[in-house]
Amino acid sequence: MDASTSVETHHDPHAHGAEHDHHELGWWRKYIFSTDHKVIGIQYGLCGLVFLFFGFCLMMLMRWQLAYPGQALPVIGKWLPHIFGPGSMPDGKMTPDFYNSLGAMHGTIMIFAGVVPLAFAAFGNFVVPLQIGAPDMTFPKVNAASFWAFAVGGVIMMISFFVPGGAAKSGWTSYTPLAAFSDTGPGHNPVFNGQTLWLIGFIFLISSSLLGAINFITTIIQLRAKGLTWMRLPFFVWAQFVTAFLLLLAFPPLEAAIVMQLMDRVAHTSFFLPAGLVVNGAPVDISGGGSPLLWQHLFWFLGHPEVYVLILPAFGIVAEILANNSRKPLWGYKSLVFSVLVIGFLSFIVWAHHMWMTGMGTAVSAFFQTTTLLISIPSVIILSAFFISLWGGSIRFTVPMLFATAFLPMFGIGGLTGIPLAFNSADLYLHDTYYIIAHFHYIVAPGTIFGLFAGIYYWFPKATGRKMNDFWGKVHFWPTLICMNVIFLPMFLQGMAGMHRRWYDGGQGWAVSNEHTIWGLTGFQWNQPISWAAWIMGLAQIPFIINFFWSIRHGEKVNDNPWEATTLEWTAPSPPPHGNFIHTPVAYRGPYEYSLPGSERDYTMQNEPVEPAERTRRKPPAEPVVV
Amino acid sequence: MEIPYTISTRPDTGLWNAKIGIWLFLASEVMLFGGLFSAYIFLRIDSAPGMWPHGLLNVPVGTMNTAILIMSSVTVVLAWASLKMRRYRAYWWYMLVTILCGVIFLTVKLVYEWPQKFEHFGAYIKPEALGKYEKYLGNERRAEKGMEPRIEITGHLHSQNSKEYEVALDPVNAEPDNPVMDRPHFFPLPVTDKIATIEKEDVQRATMFLPTHNAYFASYFTITGLHGMHVLGGVLVFIYMWLPVSKRLYQRNPEHLANRVEVSGLFWHFVDLIWIFVFPLFYLL
Repeated sequence: MDASTSVETHHDPHAHGAEHDHHELGWWRKYIFSTDHKVIGIQYGLCGLVFLFFGFCLMMLMRWQLAYPGQALPVIGKWLPHIFGPGSMPDGKMTPDFYNSLGAMHGTIMIFAGVVPLAFAAFGNFVVPLQIGAPDMTFPKVNAASFWAFAVGGVIMMISFFVPGGAAKSGWTSYTPLAAFSDTGPGHNPVFNGQTLWLIGFIFLISSSLLGAINFITTIIQLRAKGLTWMRLPFFVWAQFVTAFLLLLAFPPLEAAIVMQLMDRVAHTSFFLPAGLVVNGAPVDISGGGSPLLWQHLFWFLGHPEVYVLILPAFGIVAEILANNSRKPLWGYKSLVFSVLVIGFLSFIVWAHHMWMTGMGTAVSAFFQTTTLLISIPSVIILSAFFISLWGGSIRFTVPMLFATAFLPMFGIGGLTGIPLAFNSADLYLHDTYYIIAHFHYIVAPGTIFGLFAGIYYWFPKATGRKMNDFWGKVHFWPTLICMNVIFLPMFLQGMAGMHRRWYDGGQGWAVSNEHTIWGLTGFQWNQPISWAAWIMGLAQIPFIINFFWSIRHGEKVNDNPWEATTLEWTAPSPPPHGNFIHTPVAYRGPYEYSLPGSERDYTMQNEPVEPAERTRRKPPAEPVVV
Repeated sequence: MEIPYTISTRPDTGLWNAKIGIWLFLASEVMLFGGLFSAYIFLRIDSAPGMWPHGLLNVPVGTMNTAILIMSSVTVVLAWASLKMRRYRAYWWYMLVTILCGVIFLTVKLVYEWPQKFEHFGAYIKPEALGKYEKYLGNERRAEKGMEPRIEITGHLHSQNSKEYEVALDPVNAEPDNPVMDRPHFFPLPVTDKIATIEKEDVQRATMFLPTHNAYFASYFTITGLHGMHVLGGVLVFIYMWLPVSKRLYQRNPEHLANRVEVSGLFWHFVDLIWIFVFPLFYLL
């Protein structure tokens, strides 16, 4: 019965919008409480971008305190206490508690409310069904539930800034026992306090990604178009497929840990609390018998796969854009696919490399050291394949391509600087320094976020039918690229000089850093150029924001396939109507048939049948050519 | 617009959508309860001698609840099979039995088992005062036999003042040297009328059997609570499928309802399976 109705809705070839649908949906159902994967994708995308910018603002505030510790923040410092309460920045000077809140919430919001919703949920929702030729996700209502769970989680995280005592302040990792006792005691509500709301918000965020992950995997398995076999899937779909598995299986142990920490805080259990704890000079009335290390294990069991949740969608986006703009097939498609699968598997057995400092013993360390080094192999395969894909291509430096090519060296730096951290002995020195900050930010900031920008510029025409402005795209790209490096490159040096990542005064009080200079500046003095670069980078996002909203209505109108790409999403109208395709697509070939020899155009789309002439052209020459 | 393969199977995978979806969901649930059970193992291995209690739960009641859940797993399969044979009447009855089983399970848990714990009292004695309460603990004999020491006195809190607790003792503390008390009992023994007086300054920590009492009860209430919420979720879904609204779906497309019952039945079996782990971990071992 489903087949017959699906043909019915698509039989009108002139349908270019949802307007013709028999049951017209109201504005609320169409744009707010929608079950259409494209609308949900865009909702996720806008929310994710807002959270990313908000998280970045938190960091810009922290950068003031790091560069000019103890000084009053001009202008903004006057009205911030009116927003975040008098305890945040009295007279414009940041309190240590507020600094810790900003740090913890920067990490939490950037990762769980910014990058994951944008990279996985937004791009996955909008692009994956289109790329596999599906009319929607398999479970549209579950999809909507996923978005609304995310929205509730995000709102709870935001509310936590405004409760007495402020937002969570035990780091984004919320290590116990610190996290079990922060935001408790006089002046704090037993439930509506920063850390407890952080935990409750997380339960919603985890539920959201669980629902999303189930939907993605099922959609990719069940709704691939006819002829779209596994090895014909665009690499982006593979990346999302593996990402979904990571979210599906790695998040629940953290949810278990979060439930237990919630019990520790609300029901006063001792899951993560050893006996004999003394807080503020007084012994705590708890049973004890818990294990702080248990939290770390459960947290990093999610935490490490999460790193790949952040990076794999960006790999996928970059792969699509590289192939499209170098006008040649992606090099080593099969090795890319197997690499991404191997990464997915290995990412589950490397987590304890975040815990070298806990002294787990040599045998355990040796195991995790080995797996950590192993996982660099597929990562290097992927990056190498991307570089080789550029070789001999006729590259079009469009704005998405600028971001995608910049991704390669930036991710390379981030990845290679991680290798010293994989070694137990080297990490003991570098642990919790700015070196770590620089390392993982090179992966997620100029890495993943460049991938996301690339994706936004690339698929914007599909979502709106218009292109974003090229000139302003470049004005966005170049300062962002330069600032990213000015921000994070010196941090490697600061870290190697021994600067700790959680110092509230930016290392000012640390005598040793002020004796040694790095390129003429002490470790602490480097905070100033870094901070200025961060604030300039904030300004550099303005062209993007204006370009984004302006182009929705006023951008250059383009056809359905403006980039001359090959994958199925470009066969749908722009923007695609409810149900996506006018004719149910059929795939006849692989995803990256660029510059096919003997073909008229330099791209052949997946839904173009293989001509008999093409078959003969593809045959190897009958006789060996003798030179 | 209709999503393909919601009811019929996709030829190359041989599955309809929700069947993949529920298995993925269950995989995720395995990881969720896996996290909790591994915490249980971690805490139990780490616990100090005498800190991990044994034999505090009511085994016959737990056994009955286990039997009830297993029976409901059978009836839900029969309900599904009845739908496949297009016998709605039988389906309706089997589903009703399934729902009732779930409700009985939850009632036993929430009305009987949990409140009974909330009324039970336990006082951990400070190490230096253990000798003073030897007559309730029997540690000399236990040390001879190579058993781990008793450091807790349990029973019903009779009364307390600022200096001391008066506790109607559990049999294990009333006759600590009786060899019968060395092992937990299948049938729980009632609290005796022997009253012990425990001075508060000798007590390390004393509470009712709440989650905060020790690591055992923390994990017991957390895991059974989360399991109970899963049972409740299953019951609510089954009630929806049993109500007249689902009869209309049956009349329109019986296969669709059968698929729904199959998917929720898979979830129900999973919830049952979790209980099969919970029961020995907390009641028996």
